[in-house]
Amino acid sequence: MQVTRRQFFKVCAGALGSSSLAMLGFSPNEALAEVREFKLARSTETRNTCPYCSVSCGLLMYSYGDKAKNAEASIYHIEGDPDHPVNRGTLCPKGAGLLDFVHSPNRLEYPEYRAPGSKEWKRISWDEAFTKVARLMKDDRDKNFIAKNAEGATVNRWVTTGFLAASASSNETGYITHKALRPTGILAFDNQARV
Amino acid sequence: MPLQSLDITRRSATTTASPHQRQTAEVAKLIDVSKCIGCKACQVACMEWNDVRDEIGSNAGVLDNPPDLSGASWTVMRYSEVEPEPGKLEWLIRKDGCMHCTDPGCLKACPAPGAIIQYSNGIVDFHEENCIGCGYCITGCPFNIPRISKKDGKVYKCTLCSDRIAVGLEPACIKACPTGSLVFGTKEDMKQHAADRIVDLNRRGYPNAGLYDPPGVGGTHVMYVLQHADRPNLYHGLPKDPAISPMVALWKGVTKPLMSLGIGLAVLAGFFHYVKAGPNEVEEEETEK
Amino acid sequence: MASLAPTFGRGAMTNHWVDIKNANVIVVMGGNAAEAHPCGFKWVTEAKAHNQAKFIVIDPRFTRSAALADIYVPIRTGTDIAFLGGVINYLLSHDKIQHEYVKAYTNAALIVNEGYKFEDGLFSGYDAPTHKYDRSSWVYEMGTDGYAKIDETFQHPRCVLNLLKQHYARYTPEVVANITGTPKEQFLQVCEILATTAVPTLTTTFMYALGWTQHSVGSQMIRAAAMVQLLLGNVGMPGGGINALRGHSNIQGLTDLGLLSNLLPGYLTLAADKETDYQAYLDKRTSKPLRPNQFNYWSNYPKFHVSLMKAWWGDKATKENNWCYDYLPKMDMGYDILRHFELMNQGKMNGYFCQGFNPLASIPNKQKLIAGLSKLKFLVVIDPLATDTSCFWENHGEYNDVDSAKIMTEVIRLPSSCFAEENGSLTNSGRWLQWHWKGQEPPGEAMDDAAIIANIFLRLRELYRKEGGAFPDPILNLTWPYKIPDAPSAEELAMEYNGKALADLTDPKDPTKVILKAGQQVDGYGQLKDDGTTASGCWLFSGSFTEKGNMMARRDNSDPSGLGNTLNWAFAWPANRRILYNRASADPTGKPWDPNRRLVWWDGTKWTGVDVPDFKADSAPSEGMSPFIMQAEGLGRLFALDNMAEGPFPEHYEPFETPIGTNPLHPKVVSNPAARVFKGDFEQFGKTDKFPYAGTTYRLTEHFHYWTKHARLAAITQPEQFVEIGEELAKEKGIKAGDMVKVSSNRGQIKAKAVVTKRIKPLQVDGKTIHHVGVPIHWGFKGIAKPGYLANTLTPVVGDANSQTPEFKSFLVNVEKV
Repeated sequence: MQVTRRQFFKVCAGALGSSSLAMLGFSPNEALAEVREFKLARSTETRNTCPYCSVSCGLLMYSYGDKAKNAEASIYHIEGDPDHPVNRGTLCPKGAGLLDFVHSPNRLEYPEYRAPGSKEWKRISWDEAFTKVARLMKDDRDKNFIAKNAEGATVNRWVTTGFLAASASSNETGYITHKALRPTGILAFDNQARV
Repeated sequence: MPLQSLDITRRSATTTASPHQRQTAEVAKLIDVSKCIGCKACQVACMEWNDVRDEIGSNAGVLDNPPDLSGASWTVMRYSEVEPEPGKLEWLIRKDGCMHCTDPGCLKACPAPGAIIQYSNGIVDFHEENCIGCGYCITGCPFNIPRISKKDGKVYKCTLCSDRIAVGLEPACIKACPTGSLVFGTKEDMKQHAADRIVDLNRRGYPNAGLYDPPGVGGTHVMYVLQHADRPNLYHGLPKDPAISPMVALWKGVTKPLMSLGIGLAVLAGFFHYVKAGPNEVEEEETEK
Repeated sequence: MASLAPTFGRGAMTNHWVDIKNANVIVVMGGNAAEAHPCGFKWVTEAKAHNQAKFIVIDPRFTRSAALADIYVPIRTGTDIAFLGGVINYLLSHDKIQHEYVKAYTNAALIVNEGYKFEDGLFSGYDAPTHKYDRSSWVYEMGTDGYAKIDETFQHPRCVLNLLKQHYARYTPEVVANITGTPKEQFLQVCEILATTAVPTLTTTFMYALGWTQHSVGSQMIRAAAMVQLLLGNVGMPGGGINALRGHSNIQGLTDLGLLSNLLPGYLTLAADKETDYQAYLDKRTSKPLRPNQFNYWSNYPKFHVSLMKAWWGDKATKENNWCYDYLPKMDMGYDILRHFELMNQGKMNGYFCQGFNPLASIPNKQKLIAGLSKLKFLVVIDPLATDTSCFWENHGEYNDVDSAKIMTEVIRLPSSCFAEENGSLTNSGRWLQWHWKGQEPPGEAMDDAAIIANIFLRLRELYRKEGGAFPDPILNLTWPYKIPDAPSAEELAMEYNGKALADLTDPKDPTKVILKAGQQVDGYGQLKDDGTTASGCWLFSGSFTEKGNMMARRDNSDPSGLGNTLNWAFAWPANRRILYNRASADPTGKPWDPNRRLVWWDGTKWTGVDVPDFKADSAPSEGMSPFIMQAEGLGRLFALDNMAEGPFPEHYEPFETPIGTNPLHPKVVSNPAARVFKGDFEQFGKTDKFPYAGTTYRLTEHFHYWTKHARLAAITQPEQFVEIGEELAKEKGIKAGDMVKVSSNRGQIKAKAVVTKRIKPLQVDGKTIHHVGVPIHWGFKGIAKPGYLANTLTPVVGDANSQTPEFKSFLVNVEKV
């Protein structure tokens, strides 16, 4: 190990100083060797599944509050579920950092609208948003729905609006999405199976 | 015997003897480099558990990121592309961080009473509330581990998750590690586990596989299984025979008899200067070489 | 999965994550599990540590998976069929196949139709103008008994085994080395190791992911590996199989639920325009057995279809109206995502929804995507995060240089909950449906995904009720039995897809015995009926939420056999089976091939074991029922019949942007002749004169697609966009590690830091030196990581001919120091 003059001085002073300070009565009678408070004591544990890749690791999510009616839960730590047969409590870097996804500064909090040609978002209410979406869908469907093809066969399809479903959403969300959308006659329907 | 007892065996800059009535089993973290995929789960789990976040930096032409240990990164992966035999590429990925030496150079060099603590289970812990930010621990460390935080001028490093150990949980990095490269237990068990791994590595064509538990620092409580234990330098410059800086040893051994009240007062002045002003920049730069 | 279903019967990982520990040889090829699936990869390290498994990685780059491999073998991107075809040739010419398995469980002995041919790179039936095959000659020769002909002596020149030998005889080690760039000795070393598992007591397992699917011949790459596994007798075995490692957490589930252009839940399919007759529609899908005494599971198609229609349209679905057959759209063509953007660019698409999907980043050729989105009338984005797609109209300088004022698309962005804020299930690669629980409320006004869809649907239905409009019946009559109509609970929806009895169901053997009362949940899809007395929203998931409760929420992880099947943990489709085709783990007499890894067996009266038998439980071995029960002949298909777009045997075709400009096997047919390429996209293919290097995109372990650039911890561990280039190429181009470089293709360019590495080596291919340039994908113009270019600025629009999965893994680029 290379030792510079300055380091030499530092070490000397340090070694000397520590002993000297002790001599002066600065030796703490109790050098309080307290470790950091264990941060999960009394928190609420909820079991979940990692939303990233298809290993689907089991998660333990720790939140403030006990899920009482008036206590708003907020997750402050996530680690692996040791009971889970596949991940056995382990997580990859993405999974180990899930907390920062849940609390990302880029989480969306309100419905928003961007008008044609505009450079900005405008916050709107859910009611406005749903009304607008339903109207846009209906107008396009009514205008472009194909009940019969050129040969006169009943085909009942709507191909001018497309829908991409989320491969990270739950089966239940996927199911209701399919159930609600297919009856419109939509065919341009896909998920991330290809990408 | 529980591993979590946090009885103290040593405190920095303290003359009163530490209690030795209870002896807990020594613990150790074993890092099996031959199972490490360099995924950085340990890095992330460490930051997440300890509620620290390093900077969002930049890419310097390597996968290592953050590029070095810091006040917020207490462990980082070091990637080495090496060819131990010509034409046979190996990607050796070593998790770097505090080795929790049995004979801790940091603790010996530390002038701040109670800032560095060694527990009877082997963990060397920093108590930042007592830290004066002088950086001597950095000089004293044979592995160049502790780092001064830019935020508060105090020195940070891996605690081996003493807060988790205290309640019977393994450290956050150990729990996260997806491949079983990181394991934790009594030092004895970890040595046995390492021995089994070495048999497997020998069978797979690594005749020099071995355990890294360097005697120069009295052994460590973080150990490595290395495919090439004869050449620890291949692993991003892991020192072959680490030892505490001769300067620390020198002062501990020779200068004690020279102590005097006058020197003590002078140092005390310096101590308060540190407390008020924090460490100076030059020292920090030097330690990062 | 367009390859596994034709080969084995179902489009899913055959085994499951924990089972990988039982393997003797593990091959990671067409994937990089250590980086993309680290916690599943642990079972590789387990197999190595406790089963002395050999671990082989075959990849253009020395990946993090390769860091732990016993053998790493380089290969040129896009040439995996050449490699695996060479393996097939090796196994056949060295007689390293499991004979008894191949004879009893594969279609090796079946005889192929006389018209089938392969000449000069083309199979019989090719129509050059349409780029399509008439596949009618790719079938078995049928006997007068109505079954496929067979020659168990393998003498017939057109039995599958002999055609296979003939087809792959061209794939000699020299040819393989010349095409793939893999040194011949290393190729042979891999062959030798694989060959050791041709015995009944040793298994190889393959693990692949998007490294295979994202090629213009991706499905056939997977099929080639599936064929290797059939020859080695490794399918259905613990520690064997073909493990498809899916990208997203619930791609398997969303695919099972049919959220694709042509599917309905449970792999039922939509009708084509011609199929106006319901009975004919059913008949076409209700397969007839091709060999005697076969289970032929798809003979149950009508039960599943009618039950689905009852789940959706309830009392309105009657036998008289063909169970509302006309409520479903009929297809004139496939509407996959590549076509969506083609239609947008042609001005034929007006509206678009992106629910948790960021196509601007994940579909090839960003320039085309921006142009397409800009032509829409409206875009609705439902997402927890501020995605790049939702902001496609924002100018972000060099990273997204658009003129907002000129983009007339209305955009509505709806904030949804994330995983931590909902109850529900996800289906992992191993087909486990696992339930999860809500831990907090979503932020601000963000709303649960199911509630968002419900609200949109209810508003739309209200409009149709009030105003009328185009064919409103299917919308007005859709069942909506949820307690809170605009917020259906996950439990209600799960119960609906599981299915229930609509009338009392009686025991078929004893009609006086009621096994389920009307309204009760069915125990499994075996109880579903085609007479309208049952409803099930997804037959495949039947058994997941029964009268016993939510089977997906089960948490007993006991594993008495030690093989890792944990039958009481969650629920696996189908019918809680953990290893698919597990009947094949026992020999034809019903005895496990490997006494140390007993999975299922015939106990004299029934099939039993440590897994749920994937078989007819009471079919004695003497009946001769074969293990691949979804196939009409019950056999694993070495010859895929007419189920693959570009031929029944995988053939090596070059990527559409090939770095060697030819196909050494047949220079007249260079790339996949059956691939669909849109005109404008064809013109945007590049050539080696300007773009001499083989580009390939991939994921990094620190990031997940384009989500984690919004998460601080991930951004810290890999903050800034980079590309990887080998030391030799870097030297040639004067690039040092950390330099900013420009990577360009014929579609655009990106700038990124250069990571210069020994892990990418130049390969010698067909007399040329080929360099790879690696392009990780995770950056974009939105997020808290350093802003970067969307990597798909570079990638070409061409998909696999079966699945339309884009060719992200092989394209041409140039690289220069900035």
